Amino acid sequence: MANGTIALAEKSFYQEGTTKRKTGLFSWIFSTDHKRIGILYLTSVTFFFVCGVILGELMRLELIAPGPTIVNAETYNRFFTLHGVIMIFLFIIPGIPAVFGNFFLPIQIGAKDVAFPRLNLLSWWLYVIGAVFALTSLYLPGGPADTGWTFYIPYSIRTGTNVSYTLMAAFILGFSSILTGLNFITTVHRMRAPGMSFFKMPLNIWALYATGWVQVVATPVIGITMLLIIIERTFGVGIFDPALGGDPILYQHMFWIYSHPAVYIMILPAMGVVSEIIATFSRRTIFGYKAVAYSSLAIAFFGYLVWAHHMFVSGLSETAAIVFSFLTFIVAIPSAIKVFNWVATMYKGSIDPRTPFLWVMAFIFLFSIGGLTGLVLGSLATDVHLHDTYFVVGHFHFVMFGGTGTIFFAALHYWFPKMFGKMYNEKIAKIGVGLFFIAFLTLYFPMFLLGYNGMPRRYFDYLPQFHTLHFISTMGAWLMFIALSIVIGNLLYALKKGKKAPANPWGGVTLEWHIPSPPPLENFEEIPNVTHEPYDFSQLEGMEYGTE
Amino acid sequence: MLYNEVTSHANQVDNVMIYITVISVIFLLGITFTMLYFVFKYNRKKHKQASDIHGNALLEITWIVIPTILVLTMFYFGFMGYKGIKKIPDNAFKITGIAKMWQWNFEYPNGKKSDTLYVPSGKPVEIQLKSLDVNHSLYIPAYRVKQDVVMGKTNYIVINPEKTGSYDIACAEYCGLNHSMMYTKLVVMDSTDFNEWYASLDTQKETDTGEK
Ligand code: HEM
Ligand SMILES: [Cu+2]
Repeated sequence: MANGTIALAEKSFYQEGTTKRKTGLFSWIFSTDHKRIGILYLTSVTFFFVCGVILGELMRLELIAPGPTIVNAETYNRFFTLHGVIMIFLFIIPGIPAVFGNFFLPIQIGAKDVAFPRLNLLSWWLYVIGAVFALTSLYLPGGPADTGWTFYIPYSIRTGTNVSYTLMAAFILGFSSILTGLNFITTVHRMRAPGMSFFKMPLNIWALYATGWVQVVATPVIGITMLLIIIERTFGVGIFDPALGGDPILYQHMFWIYSHPAVYIMILPAMGVVSEIIATFSRRTIFGYKAVAYSSLAIAFFGYLVWAHHMFVSGLSETAAIVFSFLTFIVAIPSAIKVFNWVATMYKGSIDPRTPFLWVMAFIFLFSIGGLTGLVLGSLATDVHLHDTYFVVGHFHFVMFGGTGTIFFAALHYWFPKMFGKMYNEKIAKIGVGLFFIAFLTLYFPMFLLGYNGMPRRYFDYLPQFHTLHFISTMGAWLMFIALSIVIGNLLYALKKGKKAPANPWGGVTLEWHIPSPPPLENFEEIPNVTHEPYDFSQLEGMEYGTE
Repeated sequence: MLYNEVTSHANQVDNVMIYITVISVIFLLGITFTMLYFVFKYNRKKHKQASDIHGNALLEITWIVIPTILVLTMFYFGFMGYKGIKKIPDNAFKITGIAKMWQWNFEYPNGKKSDTLYVPSGKPVEIQLKSLDVNHSLYIPAYRVKQDVVMGKTNYIVINPEKTGSYDIACAEYCGLNHSMMYTKLVVMDSTDFNEWYASLDTQKETDTGEK
């Protein structure tokens, strides 16, 4: 902030709300305050993450040895479908934008709230309704879907399980995502504080802005696909179902035209957070700010043009395969640029590797592996071999979990003091991230070897030659469970017993560090006038900061 | 796992894999060690005052151009290892492969049927692939090839068996309950053995499914 003053301690948004009643459940679930909505999302997203993890652990337990171990094939197939649906639609897509975007986007651009606060609340409600749809199938005759999270036709039409509920859930969750994106785009355009030009925005905002466009432009495709399925089923018009003269490959195109850009909805916001954390803990400006900002837009744009790389062996023409392979390699470049810029930002910094920074270091390593193995899959000769094998399972866990999931935790540790006004135990937090890193590699690295040796994915059972690697992976899953328990347990403990957090524990300079922890209802006593670049650490002079 | 020497195509795929992996490992180690070096060298304990460096045009152009060239070479090798595989040679031996939940069946030009894929070595084989129910995918890991079998559509795959032996065939597209059991064998025989099998009058379904 221009004048570097800290608003005097007043009531925080926990004490003051937008509803008539100031406390109790209703003051939360009907609140239009972006910070409360962020915390509503945090609670729901974390809940589903834990559900997804438990399903993942059960699957890994099943795969500890060949033959049936704890469940039968039918249950296993439902597990991976539910695990995939929960992790994609209820955890990783809403994850960073809906939680940290909601909480920090208005603050970082110097606004009192998002442009459409009530729409924002509606989007959380849609999230909850979507989640309910996904879960009701558990209790209906037929049980939860067993199709995989991709719902490929014709299997999804033939199965006796409740696919339509899960599809309906994806449909509703899509709307929730569109509303969030729309809100963010408008907020960025209309609500920036005086002086905050586009190139004075923190890179987190650039990333959320680019994500918003992907959400608004790509997500309707999944809605259209759903409507087409409904038309097909009620009127018997053959669209996708070969039994009616439809084309199942068309379904795959429609599915990936949404779901590949969705991959960028998952990763772009994480990239924004990485830039914030690296700048703060290196206490210097981002190397190549514009390159990082533009690469977000480039990723958002090229991300639309690569969907068919999921379909190289479906009977795609050779020409189409070549074009999509080529574009896939091109989309790798902006991500690589970001990684180089982040590492270069550490050069001649003044680095304090606190917990959030350690999560980011883990991210750079794991996400690089995810990206580099993506090159193997983008290359035609190797993809024909590796498509639908464990190589792919390894690859997307490295990108989504090692990439976005890791940054979800980085963001949580970075902004925890601001959001809750409490500090956590840093020693335990560091043990947590260290163990997470080791567990991650043990759990997922063997999958690359399994895949190259020809182990297909979505397999309840496997040939004896794959036993050792599966066994190692399951050991990793147990380690992972311990690591996550330490990390989450430590934060829950801090919520209850943590020391009071100062306004600026890490010495950050973006606007959220200029206001009290936790922030007051309308964030700023007075809308700031922005004169500094986002990562100008000379502002620290005259600010109070540090954890002591 | 690499270079099983069963077909020249498999070797070529392994070459592409090695090429991409070597470059990737160099990048990964480069990034990781640079990062660790900076974190130690510029640790706040020793390095109190950071210098704000906003960028360096030359450096940034270098790290756009070099990776772009490298990924384009990867694209090229990947493409070279793919380009011939859909071409059907004139002398190809034609077999029809039929997938259904959860088994494979192969029909030969003379009417012979088998659930194991017997082929002669040294001769290209074209398999027309059809499904009777949902999507499947014919996957021969040792050959590094697969092709989806799509309901309502005929796809094909060309293989060039060289070394005799028996190799796994898996289903790689999720197809329901027993998807993970949908294995059979590819048995490559030298041409005399194959001709003997092929000519044998037994047009009954072969029950030999290999090991599993
Ligand atoms: C402890 C954590 C986790 C474990 C042990 C785990 C384990 C697994 C396993 C065993 C599979 C099934 C592989 C197969 O049979 O093909 C799987 C699939 C999957 N996982 Fe995870 N996972 C974990 C976390 C995550 C996270 C954080 C995400 C997303 C961010 C995720 C996304 C997925 C997806 C999308 C699938 C594919 C489901 C499908 O094939 O339809 N997982 N996971
Ligand atoms: Cu199958």
